[in-house]
Amino acid sequence: MKAFFSLSRALLVSNSRDRTWLFFTVLFPLMFLLLFGVLFKGGATAHSTVLQVGPVRVLDSMTAAQRAELGRTLTVRRDDDLADALRKVRDGTDDGALQQTGSGQLLLHFSAGDQTRAATVQGLVQVVVQQTDQEATGRPPAWTLTTAQVEDQSVKPIQYLTPGLLGWAVATSGTFSAALTLVAWRRKRILRRLRLAPVGLSGVIAAPTAVTLLVALVQTAVFLGVATLPYYGLRLTGDWWLAVPLVLSGSLCFMSIGLLAGSFAKTENAAQSAAQLIVLPMAFLSGSFFPLDYAPGWVQDVAQVMPLHHLAAAMQDVLSRGKGVDAALPTIGGLLALAAVLCVVSLRLFRWDDT
Amino acid sequence: MTGDDDAAITADGLRKRYGAVQAVDGVSLSVRRGEFFGLLGPNGAGKTTTLEILEGLREPDEGTATLLGERPWPRNPRLLPRIGVQLQASAFFERLTAREQLATFASLYGVGLRRAEEMLARVGLAEFAGTQAERLSGGQAQRLSIACALVHEPELVFLDEPTTGLDPQARRNLWDLLREINADGRTVVLTTHYLDEAEILCDRVAVMDHGRLLRTGAPAALIRELDAPTRISVPSGALSVDEARTVLGEGAQTTDDGVSLVFATRSPASVLALLGERGALNGLEVRGGTLEDVFLHLTGREYRE
Repeated sequence: MKAFFSLSRALLVSNSRDRTWLFFTVLFPLMFLLLFGVLFKGGATAHSTVLQVGPVRVLDSMTAAQRAELGRTLTVRRDDDLADALRKVRDGTDDGALQQTGSGQLLLHFSAGDQTRAATVQGLVQVVVQQTDQEATGRPPAWTLTTAQVEDQSVKPIQYLTPGLLGWAVATSGTFSAALTLVAWRRKRILRRLRLAPVGLSGVIAAPTAVTLLVALVQTAVFLGVATLPYYGLRLTGDWWLAVPLVLSGSLCFMSIGLLAGSFAKTENAAQSAAQLIVLPMAFLSGSFFPLDYAPGWVQDVAQVMPLHHLAAAMQDVLSRGKGVDAALPTIGGLLALAAVLCVVSLRLFRWDDT
Repeated sequence: MTGDDDAAITADGLRKRYGAVQAVDGVSLSVRRGEFFGLLGPNGAGKTTTLEILEGLREPDEGTATLLGERPWPRNPRLLPRIGVQLQASAFFERLTAREQLATFASLYGVGLRRAEEMLARVGLAEFAGTQAERLSGGQAQRLSIACALVHEPELVFLDEPTTGLDPQARRNLWDLLREINADGRTVVLTTHYLDEAEILCDRVAVMDHGRLLRTGAPAALIRELDAPTRISVPSGALSVDEARTVLGEGAQTTDDGVSLVFATRSPASVLALLGERGALNGLEVRGGTLEDVFLHLTGREYRE
């Protein structure tokens, strides 16, 4: 036990002085979250903007409630300089410029540069005009269409980015730390030195394991901390704490993969390449960086055998889809079972020495 | 194997083969407790494998080793705390300071931090306690590595080429440390390429080549056994070569290289008498055989790597 603590301590101190290690385990994945979070933010909703030039009665006469309703799909800004407004529409800053040219006469300027936006803004303005028209008749509308945004029920980018990138981060640090620590210790003859000290193999393996689990917890805390900032807007649902056992079992699973790679690799570089070759393609095929909904069928099939895919999916379930233990347990079980099998194989291949 | 309480190490008929190479080919030796024992041999002679078998890092194909009454193979947790091993390449944890390295090893053996501090001072690294191991000089790193091997106060210490790559000052500094360790009553087993070092430090040495022990004994005894000619030299021109050859005849080989006049002889008295008569004793140098002569005589002079 003493050996376990002193080795864990040595590793922690050693790692924390390694800037590259700090960067790649914590900052690098976090950078992806920050970057993708910004890139994809709002990407799911097409929001149009219209410039109001001069007084336009259909807009000016709206009630606050109507205005708020309209604001969900269309932002109206005032720009009384027609030339300036047209310029903005032309260069794509705004989608349209609306002008009242006479009583009951409206003119909408749009740019054909982006057909989709042009169509959207025409449609939206048309709706406003028709509503006002219909209200002017003084009769209740025969048909009412209520709109409901689907994004709250389906996935916002941050909701799949957080579990996906966190899964990738945990997988990377797990695989790398296990593979590299083992190979580096073997190459630097630390394993040999430890073999000459009265410590068990279990202590020697448990120390890097514990350190990596600790790192996984730190990564989780940082990721959830950042993703739940109002700017990114991840809202944690009921059983989000299940992400913790998921992350831990995922980390164990990827450490066992790294342990296996480390048993074969002779040098640190080989171990690093092996770990990268395993984790990076897996991250893409598992949908860590983007959802696989539009990926070809075979990619989705391949994802089914990727532990990272299951880790990310289960985390998404518990973090943002409101699912509970039922969603997490099978994945935890699967990850731990795979970890156990790979560990047994790695221990058989374990070498204290190069030769 | 033996009930000999006096023996720190007993090895009997050790053999180890790697593929086609018979690395160790029937090594038997015995080291007494408290002895300073040197294992010498050219590269590839089988020293390291022999040491590794003794330390319990390798299983011999044949033969038995006993250390302090215990078998080193398979890994023997009762024996491990009683032996200390300094490996050829210093095995340090990355980015830990000297103090942290030593504290880590100390706690692996259940030894307190205080002892680690004492050990650091003992090897003269107290002022470098906060320096990361990678930034220590060669000599400092070797001393730290020895400190790591000694922190749990082992009865038997293995040192594998501890002075390789050190400058003369650092070597001498380390010799003092090694002598002290031995003076504490610890048995020390040393491998080295420096034969002057072995001659100065070791009570007994074993010269090894091609996996076998060629000769074992006290350095002085081995040197006498070699019966090498004594080399006497004086500055060139103190005496003419012809004159010396005439007087000494077959009794000495005389050469003059323009710097020194050198006599290689088995009867130094007659040479010294001659030089004394001619008043040519200024700058006199007398050298007997050395352990290096013994080594080269036993292992040959051809170059190997």
